[in-house]
Amino acid sequence: MTMKYKDNPQAVADLVRPAEVHRDLYIDDEVFDLEMKHLFASTWVYVGHESQVPNAGDYFATDVAAQPILLARHTDGEVYVLHNRCPHKGTKIVIDRSGNTGKFFRCPYHAWSFRTNGKLLAIPLKKGYKDTGFEQSEAGQSGLPPVGAVKNYRGFIFVRMKQEGISFEDFFGGSLSSLDNMVDRSPVGKLEVAGPPLRYMHHCNWKMLVDNQTDTCHPMVAHESSAGTAVQIWESIEKDENTKTPMAMEVIAPFMSPYEFFEDMGIRTWPNGHGHTGVHHSIHSDYSAIPGYLEMMVEAYGEERAKAILGENRHNTVYFPNIMIKGPIQQLRVFIPLAANKTLVESYIFRLVDAPDMLLERTAMYNRLINAPTSIVGHDDLEMYERAQEGLQSQELEWVNVQRLYDADEDLEVEAVENGTTERQMRNQFHAWKKFTVESMEAEARDLTDA
Amino acid sequence: MTLPTRDDLIDLVYHEAQLIDEGRFDEWLELWGADSYYWMPLDYQQDNPKNMTSLMYEDAFLRKLRVERLKGLRTFSQKPKSRCSHVLNRPSIEAFDPKAGQFITRTAVHYVETRLDDQFLLAATVHHHFEMVEDELKIKLKRVDLLNCDAAFGNIQLFI
Repeated sequence: MTMKYKDNPQAVADLVRPAEVHRDLYIDDEVFDLEMKHLFASTWVYVGHESQVPNAGDYFATDVAAQPILLARHTDGEVYVLHNRCPHKGTKIVIDRSGNTGKFFRCPYHAWSFRTNGKLLAIPLKKGYKDTGFEQSEAGQSGLPPVGAVKNYRGFIFVRMKQEGISFEDFFGGSLSSLDNMVDRSPVGKLEVAGPPLRYMHHCNWKMLVDNQTDTCHPMVAHESSAGTAVQIWESIEKDENTKTPMAMEVIAPFMSPYEFFEDMGIRTWPNGHGHTGVHHSIHSDYSAIPGYLEMMVEAYGEERAKAILGENRHNTVYFPNIMIKGPIQQLRVFIPLAANKTLVESYIFRLVDAPDMLLERTAMYNRLINAPTSIVGHDDLEMYERAQEGLQSQELEWVNVQRLYDADEDLEVEAVENGTTERQMRNQFHAWKKFTVESMEAEARDLTDA
Repeated sequence: MTLPTRDDLIDLVYHEAQLIDEGRFDEWLELWGADSYYWMPLDYQQDNPKNMTSLMYEDAFLRKLRVERLKGLRTFSQKPKSRCSHVLNRPSIEAFDPKAGQFITRTAVHYVETRLDDQFLLAATVHHHFEMVEDELKIKLKRVDLLNCDAAFGNIQLFI
């Protein structure tokens, strides 16, 4: 196969225009490989939450940039993020998703062992390597190699696979306010992962899911069958003044809100591809108060601060490239790219430490009603993505349009708040996609020339 | 008060699966008691449906919503519709205690769902908890434990 995009940063740059992107971003295997190698290696990618590895020796295994990665809690209390690959023959050291390894990792193939910070501990029958130059080999030096850089931000662990690159603070900037708000909703400022994530396989490109997080013109269309039917059933039920709206209705009905609701809610974007819907209000604004919660928050933060924290109703915050969080309900979804046409979606929920259980109950309900493989809302979303993945095979049209409320003077390098139905955040994501992918490709080309 | 027989429980388990397989969902809704739940846990041996995510935990309102949605003209993920087939092992009676009103069956199920060119098979252990409501046997809780509950699934659109 001739390579169209590899070693050709200009061809990759040409795939992204200000208000449309080429279909190859979604369907081309070569572009996918370049995304993993460049975009996912040079940006800060979410790996997991520290509550998944509370004790020394705990580990959690996942994929980052299509590579096997593990997260381990070392005896010094720190969380290390390591390549899950024995330096000897390549065997994955950890093959289950989580557990406790005790004081060290031991490869199941030849019993090479490693400390939980990745350092090589011992090799059986090591005298066989004497005078072989083993110490100078990759295997003899590397242990379980750490990723380029790790940041534990208030319990959320992000990595940059490359050694050098943009700092965590520069990459996320003001967008960290959404994570802050989610954590601050615990009276003690602490979250814990509650149970296993929903795992939902999508036969579509990962960017379709990321695009959809700030697509405010689809809920009342794609989800009419679920949210619209819910509203109809509820309206047909006889009620009196004592009838309480069920929690499920509070969760699902706002999806049927009219365009004006979404226009007015606003969208904020930050540089480097991050942004959120729900600046002024959101589908999470009108949930019933949970008894006792406000009082706990006022006690912890004082009235003014407590009200400011709970007054934020941000809907979906996208942390580019591939997670979305919902601060008001403590949900985090990871869109894990597996191939150009295959994405694993994992939806986690968090318990607000020292807050009423009823909050977690609502969050768990939201997760299963909206994001489960058994969810009548999720079903229609997946239907749209997979139809798009198939439709994009048409060679007659080459471009995917993201022009809604586009302005030729648009500057994506600055924070802005706009009409909630703009596709600015999608454009922001593609702008960042192009910047980080192409910069990394150009840097690689320079390195090759220098060498 | 009329009491159910052990065969009544078993017959109802088979009848319920048949209604689903034949798409007779309105009749299926009538099988349930007032305060009843269809529960499909997410975690292996999950003991609480509320404090962590489940795949499904549906009361009468949510079950009706699913059934009504299946009839809709703009139910895109059901154009065309899915079909399903249950293969049931003979239910065993786990509890039969008229005094306490406790009637529980356990059924091993193989479930096949299909739509367009896709078809998948799931294995599940299903526990039905029944109650007598005005001399009629009704489902109080149906718990569906998927053998591979921790796997990544595509759409599962009907009822197991």
